[in-house]
Amino acid sequence: MLREKGKERIYEIFFLLIASLSIVCVLVICVFLFGQGIPAMQKIGLFDFLTGTTWNPANESNPSFGIFPMILGSIYITAGAIIVGVPIGVLTAIFMTKYCPDHFYKFLKPVVDLMAGIPSIIYGFFGMTVMVPFIRDFFNGFGIKALQTNGLSIFTASLLLGFMILPTVINLSESAIRAVPDFYYEGSRALGATHEKAVFQVVLPAAKSGVLASVVLGIGRAIGETMAVIMVAGNQARITTNILSGIRTLTANVVIEMAYAADLHKEALIATGVVLFVFILIINLCFSIVKRKVGN
Amino acid sequence: MKKLNPLKFLVYAAAFFTIAVVVYIIGYILYKGAPQIVTEISNYMQGEYSLFDYKYSSKNVSLVPSVINTLIMIVISLGISTVLGVSTAIYLVEYAKTGNKFVEIIRITSETLSGIPSIIYGLFGMIFFVTYVGLGFSLISGILTVAIMILPLIIRSTEEALKAVPMSYREASFGLGAAKLRTIWVIILPSAMNGVLAGIILAIGRVIGETAALLYTSGTTTQVATNFMESGGRTLSVHMYMLTSEGTHFEQAYATAAILLLVVVLINALSYVLAKRLTKGR
Repeated sequence: MLREKGKERIYEIFFLLIASLSIVCVLVICVFLFGQGIPAMQKIGLFDFLTGTTWNPANESNPSFGIFPMILGSIYITAGAIIVGVPIGVLTAIFMTKYCPDHFYKFLKPVVDLMAGIPSIIYGFFGMTVMVPFIRDFFNGFGIKALQTNGLSIFTASLLLGFMILPTVINLSESAIRAVPDFYYEGSRALGATHEKAVFQVVLPAAKSGVLASVVLGIGRAIGETMAVIMVAGNQARITTNILSGIRTLTANVVIEMAYAADLHKEALIATGVVLFVFILIINLCFSIVKRKVGN
Repeated sequence: MKKLNPLKFLVYAAAFFTIAVVVYIIGYILYKGAPQIVTEISNYMQGEYSLFDYKYSSKNVSLVPSVINTLIMIVISLGISTVLGVSTAIYLVEYAKTGNKFVEIIRITSETLSGIPSIIYGLFGMIFFVTYVGLGFSLISGILTVAIMILPLIIRSTEEALKAVPMSYREASFGLGAAKLRTIWVIILPSAMNGVLAGIILAIGRVIGETAALLYTSGTTTQVATNFMESGGRTLSVHMYMLTSEGTHFEQAYATAAILLLVVVLINALSYVLAKRLTKGR
């Protein structure tokens, strides 16, 4: 009996050790990314690196490694994706919870899950072959010089990423809305509110932190997206305010140039990844704070 | 007369839009890709250059080596992360006491892992597995990188599946004198099997669709990685990315996209059916 107990204890410790592996993974990822990225930032100068507006690593005598354009690029495109994806996603979640007949839900839910499963390379390919030509033709059709575009633009990337974050926003918003007790809805209906009034003015505000969490997670997805973005965003490393022109994101910077980068250039790319990583960690932190609020 | 509420209109429009996006993407890719698949098959039959030739050349841009690489990658990476992920979930659900600080930390880290984008995994894999460990641009570097990437997904889905097993199963098993490990192996895991499998299949989908994490770990070479510890090789998604970025074989890129998409649809359907059986059993 005692031996049996000891054996069980050994198994428990075995499972515990494996469980702590995910902690080890996060630590090792942090150590190696920061360990490689921070020296590069020091060499370039943290301030010059983060706020420098020219990215010209190929210049042999005087290369410049300013990633400010890419930081802006990531922010622009992520903001655009949120503007596109959040309203559509939240409204679709409302449809799924409060409007959708049961038999249709059985069809819609797997469709949303499938949307989450489609690889980003397919989204990118679709964006490249359908959306880019469409947007080019559409805006050039006006014949106005300010609207001239080759289709590879902030606008296209925002639209595509907006589609891509839909499943994230929908699924999280859906569970947030479902978590609101039924009597919120029933009570407001009993007080004479219409279905729309009850849903939009009582249930939705009650689900607000959950919906906010879905937005935060959507931001994380959008800012980290790589393959789809580089296929539609044009990837020019410069600052622009014209949403119909191209821009480069942090993720794109890493993927495009890593193939041929060496020495300080390569380290600068890793440091670019570190900046992205810090963004992601901050977003994750926000997500868990918002989620904890939902729990209470 | 009943007026159409604008909010109601918006809700329906949004749902319609979401469905339309999915249907359009899938429909378009299949519409463009399917005829090309047929062409490539008939080329193969007639012995001309085809996407389905066993060996890659720049004339046939064959996807067969990349499919084989993808399969190797799926088997090994899933093997690793299933063992680790399921064990982690068993610890979290069956052993850990609620409110345990350590469990909190594991939860937070596994959430962190699932929030890290694939490009960061790619960078880490390149720094750590390729350079630091010295595995080089090899399939195994890519395998280990994606194994970490899908770990949180497997932990999460196994956790859900284990939690769905009713407490009475455990109590009955203990009551009959079975020890904890035996209960887990004989009673709990089999009852949770559908849910665990659903998660594993979703993870397979992630591996198949992965590109950014593999470009700089397992690389883009076109041959079959016969010795996966040493030679690198592209997977199907990487192959597709290379086809689109080279830009010379667009028709073949459509066909590859269609095949990739079909596989993903199938995998999602399979996972859905399994997960459904899990809830039906209750």
